[in-house]
Amino acid sequence: MSSRRIFATARRLLEQLKHDPRTVLLLLAVPLVLMILLRYLFGSQLTEFNQLAPMLIALFPFTIMFVVTSISMLRERMTGTLERLLTSPISKLEILLGYGLGFGILAVLQVALVLLVTFGPLGMKTSGNLSMLLVFSVLDALMGTSLGLLFSAFANSEFQAVQFLPAFIFPQMLLSGIFIPRNQMPWVLRYLSDIFPLSYAIDGASRTSASTVWTLASSVDLSVVAIAIPLSLALGALTLKRQTS
Amino acid sequence: MRRRSPHIFYRPPKMQTLIVAPTSFVRVDTVLTIERLRVSRGDNLVLDNVTAELASGSVTGLLGASGSGKSTLMRSIVGVQRIDSGKITVLNLPAGAKELRKKLGYVSQSPAVYLDLTVVENLNYFGSIFALPDTRVDEVLERVSLASARKQLASNLSGGQRARLSLALALLPSPAILVLDEPTVGLDPLLREELWDYFHELASQGCTLLVSSHVMDEAERCDDLILLRDGQIIFHASPADLKASTATDNLDSAFLALAKRAENEL
Repeated sequence: MSSRRIFATARRLLEQLKHDPRTVLLLLAVPLVLMILLRYLFGSQLTEFNQLAPMLIALFPFTIMFVVTSISMLRERMTGTLERLLTSPISKLEILLGYGLGFGILAVLQVALVLLVTFGPLGMKTSGNLSMLLVFSVLDALMGTSLGLLFSAFANSEFQAVQFLPAFIFPQMLLSGIFIPRNQMPWVLRYLSDIFPLSYAIDGASRTSASTVWTLASSVDLSVVAIAIPLSLALGALTLKRQTS
Repeated sequence: MRRRSPHIFYRPPKMQTLIVAPTSFVRVDTVLTIERLRVSRGDNLVLDNVTAELASGSVTGLLGASGSGKSTLMRSIVGVQRIDSGKITVLNLPAGAKELRKKLGYVSQSPAVYLDLTVVENLNYFGSIFALPDTRVDEVLERVSLASARKQLASNLSGGQRARLSLALALLPSPAILVLDEPTVGLDPLLREELWDYFHELASQGCTLLVSSHVMDEAERCDDLILLRDGQIIFHASPADLKASTATDNLDSAFLALAKRAENEL
């Protein structure tokens, strides 16, 4: 494995974004606008805002990175640049790690901005661990990236790729505990939500921001998210076929 | 001394006039062997019992109507096409072998470039994948006449410029074999002439080229011609032999004669 090729791929992705400032602006500004909306939606109900905000801080980077990654990988498949890469010395893993690194840098920037605004001007208060909230949010973004890479293999067009948002992300979001706490769900939905990695990401973010006490449940949340990332990257590598029929 | 490509045939352009090609050059005569290749896509049999050999340092033209299997044959040689049966050997390795990824350059019919990167950013990315010195990027840009467009976004290039960028990316690692799927489509005659001069220059340095084309005056410039019809090779010889065997004086009439002959045999 060559770190040169991984860095080159990450740099190439960031260069592509550099030529597309509108996308970068949307990526960074949309989560901020949504947090501001949420803050004024709750008005004086600060307790509710404080409970909901960490979940959304974890959700935004996950969703946005999923969409961005799946579309840009799909483009590589459609324009033939992926085939060019696969017939060059770069390995599948190096391509995927390059994507993870490139979009990971973007995700850190996005999450940092959201945290800055939410805890600054928007006046969110937490009794928990702010740095762990940052860790969870960045891992969520990486999970979005790796799932996006995996799912891009199942789309033949950009139309299909965009439909994966309502098809795969919305169900996870509905059952993640943002709308109804997971332990109050009917048992079928509860078990279903146990399968989705996003549930653990959201749980982890809200748990660590509610209290500084690190529990077994927090460790489980962190482990599931941390394992889901390499797992979907590995599955994603299987979808990168050198030969097609 | 500045780092050079490990391939023996590659020399920096500046030194070309100084170096006289050695007469006792030891090389493998056949660099590419295709044996009884059969490929189907879906229910269609695209290539049927294709057998051919390509000599080292030659320019072979691959001709045939669209749908005759040219692109599929090229993709099979590159190793990105799933094949039903048969065997393709490239530089003594099976097609698609990992070791070949630095030695075989492929340009697909539609330019495979990053449209949202500039010309030089496209080249730099692949330059670092192949671990090439930065000077190599400038050399290649010069060769495909894109030096003046280096800072332009690939999406703003004309069709012909994009095709040349795609070619430049394949040329970058100085491959020993180049498989080019209609590289001169959309180019003006002057530029086409220049590229064909360059193809022959590469061949004289030992590079083996397989070039598909629709244009007869390009066929005239090949050492060897392979004519595909409905997934089968109906002719494989030099342009001169083709004209002789059909008793014609130009390739246009020669192809017509061959097509009629194939029609009658059916």
